[in-house]
Amino acid sequence: MNSLIIKKTRHVVLNIFSLICVLIVVVPFYVVIVNSFKTSTEANRMSINLPTTFHFENYATVIEKGKLFTSFYNSLLYSVVSVCIIIICVLAAAFVISRNTKGINKVFYYFIITGLAMPINNVSLFKVLQFLNLMNTRVGIIFIYSAVNIPLSLFIAYGFVATIPRELDEAAILDGCTPIQLFTKIIVPLLKPIASTLAVLNMMAVWNDFTMPLYYLNNSKKWPMTLAVYNFFGAFENSWNLVCADIVLTILPVLLVFIFGQKYIVGGVSAGAVKG
Amino acid sequence: MDTKKIYPWYFAIGAVLLYFVFFFLPGILGICLSFTDWNIYFNDLHFVGLDNYRRVLSAEYTQYIGNTLYFTLVTTIAKTVLGCLIALLLTQRFIKAKNFQRMVFFSPQVLSYLVVGLVFRSMLHPTRGFLNNFLNSIGLENLSRNWLTDLNIVFPTVMAVDVWKGVGYIMVVIIAGLISISPTYYEAAEIDGANFFQKFTKITLPLLLPVIVNITILNLTYGLRVFDMIYALTNGGPGNATGVINTAVYKEFSKGDLAMGTTLSTVLFVILISLIYFIIRSMENKEVKM
Repeated sequence: MNSLIIKKTRHVVLNIFSLICVLIVVVPFYVVIVNSFKTSTEANRMSINLPTTFHFENYATVIEKGKLFTSFYNSLLYSVVSVCIIIICVLAAAFVISRNTKGINKVFYYFIITGLAMPINNVSLFKVLQFLNLMNTRVGIIFIYSAVNIPLSLFIAYGFVATIPRELDEAAILDGCTPIQLFTKIIVPLLKPIASTLAVLNMMAVWNDFTMPLYYLNNSKKWPMTLAVYNFFGAFENSWNLVCADIVLTILPVLLVFIFGQKYIVGGVSAGAVKG
Repeated sequence: MDTKKIYPWYFAIGAVLLYFVFFFLPGILGICLSFTDWNIYFNDLHFVGLDNYRRVLSAEYTQYIGNTLYFTLVTTIAKTVLGCLIALLLTQRFIKAKNFQRMVFFSPQVLSYLVVGLVFRSMLHPTRGFLNNFLNSIGLENLSRNWLTDLNIVFPTVMAVDVWKGVGYIMVVIIAGLISISPTYYEAAEIDGANFFQKFTKITLPLLLPVIVNITILNLTYGLRVFDMIYALTNGGPGNATGVINTAVYKEFSKGDLAMGTTLSTVLFVILISLIYFIIRSMENKEVKM
């Protein structure tokens, strides 16, 4: 009987402990959201109290002053286009490299996989962009994002292609498929799950990136949301309410992708790391 | 069947070309340019030998390198230990709403480092921030600090914020590893009368070792490359107290001293590659022993 009580109290204590940990994660989100609805004097002392009246107009102000439409469009453009490039290039490459691991393909694989550990040299990438006349261009930024995310994506896709039976390829070839038909008609439909994982993971990586535009875009019209919010923070550091509203609007799209694409993210994360 | 014909090599060319031009080439070019006096003001390059590397040995740059290593070491250990603890906790049967809690812990991971940095910069503001106000309101005034400007406390603060963001990811990976361990081992151990601690050290830890090696590599490569978080929180300040290699690279880049920037990048590259080589080699030795 006594040991049962000890066990029960231990369970309760551990439950409370994990609840406290959850609170530590949640409180910053909560504080930002609550303060985004206050007036600037009320938000001056950031607190967990609810606002006396909800000021939704903060959001309108932020959208106007922070030029959020342009930066939202930019973020969307960069992430969607580079995700498409990554998926097309990586699936095609993963297919041939995983099927035929000899010769040049082996070289290609290890060549790209070194990128998993290599730090990107931003300074000399500047030189390459200058040489290609891609400094300060949207095209340049999209190419960089595609290139930077290829190693991990290829690594994840490579393992997945190996699970598709080879007999399918042979049957298709015997029926007279060309390699391109084989890939587009037979293999790609089977790769849909991994394509979704790659899409969600890369979408978030590009959406959240801040380094590349900081180095290579000095025209504020081409800035994505991260850089826009950073500059907004600098300019409006005395009105927390607006800063918080801007942060909420920046977080919102990713949070939505996260909530709806959860299974792809968690699956992709653990597949990438556990296989290692 | 002729594999070369069914799987033509040119399918891979898109990925290879993009990767080569925008990732690999800058890396190689950067190593070459680190031996020159490349800067933004003059067009012609001069070979200067190891001059840039000699400058790296000065007090300022060694501090950046030291900071980077310190940051990497502390965050790697903290994330692994905390991630393990939370993962163990959230796989116990008696914990309520496990899936919801896991989602909450993972959620900071989907936010941008920059946004997390800004959120905490406002939370940790010395007079108007949430944390100090909260400490004052519950009567713990003497615990409130200038979190991001006090030299003694700024680095631990930055590392704590980084752990706050990164621990959920590690937790998810460890949970995936824990679930893949067959429950029969634990049942057998229970029959033999093993307690929780024994089960953990004799079953969980050894079977989790490959996962722990992977997350250590992930944490190390992240920690050494850290930039966004520090740039958003302190921008390397106060003084150079929280400066790391990548913030220094950006500093040199904006000053126009491109040669120094690429030299620091190359130093980082060498540190990373040798560390990973070392880890993989020591793992291979272990596997042979087993």
